[in-house]
Amino acid sequence: MGKVYARMGDGSLVELSEGELRRDLEEGTGDAVERGKIPVLSEDELSYLFDIYSIPYRFVSVEMGNEVILSYDAATLKIRRVGVLTHRIQSLQIYEKLLGADTVEFDHVDYSFKPVKPIVSYERADVEQALLMTTIPMFYGAMPNLGTYTQPDGPCLNPMELLPQGKISEARAAQEEMVEYAVDDMVYVGSMMYESGLDGINFDTTGAAGDADFLATLRAVETLRKKYPKMGIEVGMAGEFVLGMHGGLTYDGVRLAGLYPHKQVELAMKAGATVFGPAINTNTDKSCPWNVARAVTFAKACSEKSRIPVHANMGMGVGGTPVVDQPPVDAVSRASKAMVEIARLDGL
Amino acid sequence: MGVGDPAGMANAHCVASGMGGMRTAGDLVGRMQISQGMRIREAKEYVASKLKVSVSDLVDPVVMNEVRDDLDIGMVSTSLFPGSAKGIEAKFRIAKLLDMEINCVNRFRDKIGGILKA
Repeated sequence: MGKVYARMGDGSLVELSEGELRRDLEEGTGDAVERGKIPVLSEDELSYLFDIYSIPYRFVSVEMGNEVILSYDAATLKIRRVGVLTHRIQSLQIYEKLLGADTVEFDHVDYSFKPVKPIVSYERADVEQALLMTTIPMFYGAMPNLGTYTQPDGPCLNPMELLPQGKISEARAAQEEMVEYAVDDMVYVGSMMYESGLDGINFDTTGAAGDADFLATLRAVETLRKKYPKMGIEVGMAGEFVLGMHGGLTYDGVRLAGLYPHKQVELAMKAGATVFGPAINTNTDKSCPWNVARAVTFAKACSEKSRIPVHANMGMGVGGTPVVDQPPVDAVSRASKAMVEIARLDGL
Repeated sequence: MGVGDPAGMANAHCVASGMGGMRTAGDLVGRMQISQGMRIREAKEYVASKLKVSVSDLVDPVVMNEVRDDLDIGMVSTSLFPGSAKGIEAKFRIAKLLDMEINCVNRFRDKIGGILKA
């Protein structure tokens, strides 16, 4: 073996020497260590990764016995996205009966809590029928998406307009106001959906608008947990660290800005989540071995801190998966195996 | 959370590392994770003990097809198993089998005025 075929983070094929592969793996884990202040992958783990990438087969898999649970964010939306004309209930049946899904997720095409609020009765009616016809566990999923609360679409001043003007305190106040609106909407929609019989709520792409987005989600989770002690609650993140768009927000005394997955999961557990989904971003300028070594390092540290199941985000552009609309299965299957077996995840 | 678009990623993840959903016992193990917060090993051991099979059987579609048929907890090929429990019917049986509450099963009971007992 002299050359290894791998992918770049943008999905393009690249040929690496054994030395280049080893270097990429070491630098990938090193980058995560430096940013997250977390342990580096061991020599054995790096060797395992080297084997995963040097195997010439197009597709690899976990060893028998290491299989995990798969969850599907925005499941019904993704059938619609590719132009397959089905009702959402039929989409769920496709996942359940044709795609081998362990769980499914019902969602609206707008996929944010705020726009769902005025149409929640329509959503409930479809969810209630879907639950009669399906067997596997079902979530309702949407994004906290604090960006939907800014003017002109929402009631709050736009922090992204205030910050360049130097209006820091006004920008912060606007974000704090957005948190209150978002918590109300998430608790309202979450409550309505759970009372329709769903197994759980998925807060997807949490933290997309920064620390205020994460805070709103944690507070909504906390309220829903108190209200419904048996509710399944998944918190899936938007990126590997929480952007400090506000900078001063805290939850349970912990500053949210800059938190990496191993710290995020601690707060998700504290708030009452039953599943946590870390998202580690893919760097398109680096190879997939570099990205996967980095993602595994973050995910492993997160899994070790967690007492609840960890389902890493492994869709396009996260978890070492290339940033391309149709990721090649050679890259996806290698990332899948590495994340499950080295990071010791409970699901994807 | 999330394995991406069906054609690009979900299928690849399912084959590479997924339990297989209703083809096996993936949905049952998933239930223990979502509503009980069990980690994968504990969830698999719990479900295996309730089904009276080994943990390795949980991902064997040949074994699990027979187990699901025997316990009547929902089949993939419903046309090959006429009369088998489907949808909410299967969830009633799963709730009892796994000794857990399923939200929509409780709601169904409420809606029919408590005619059915747990």
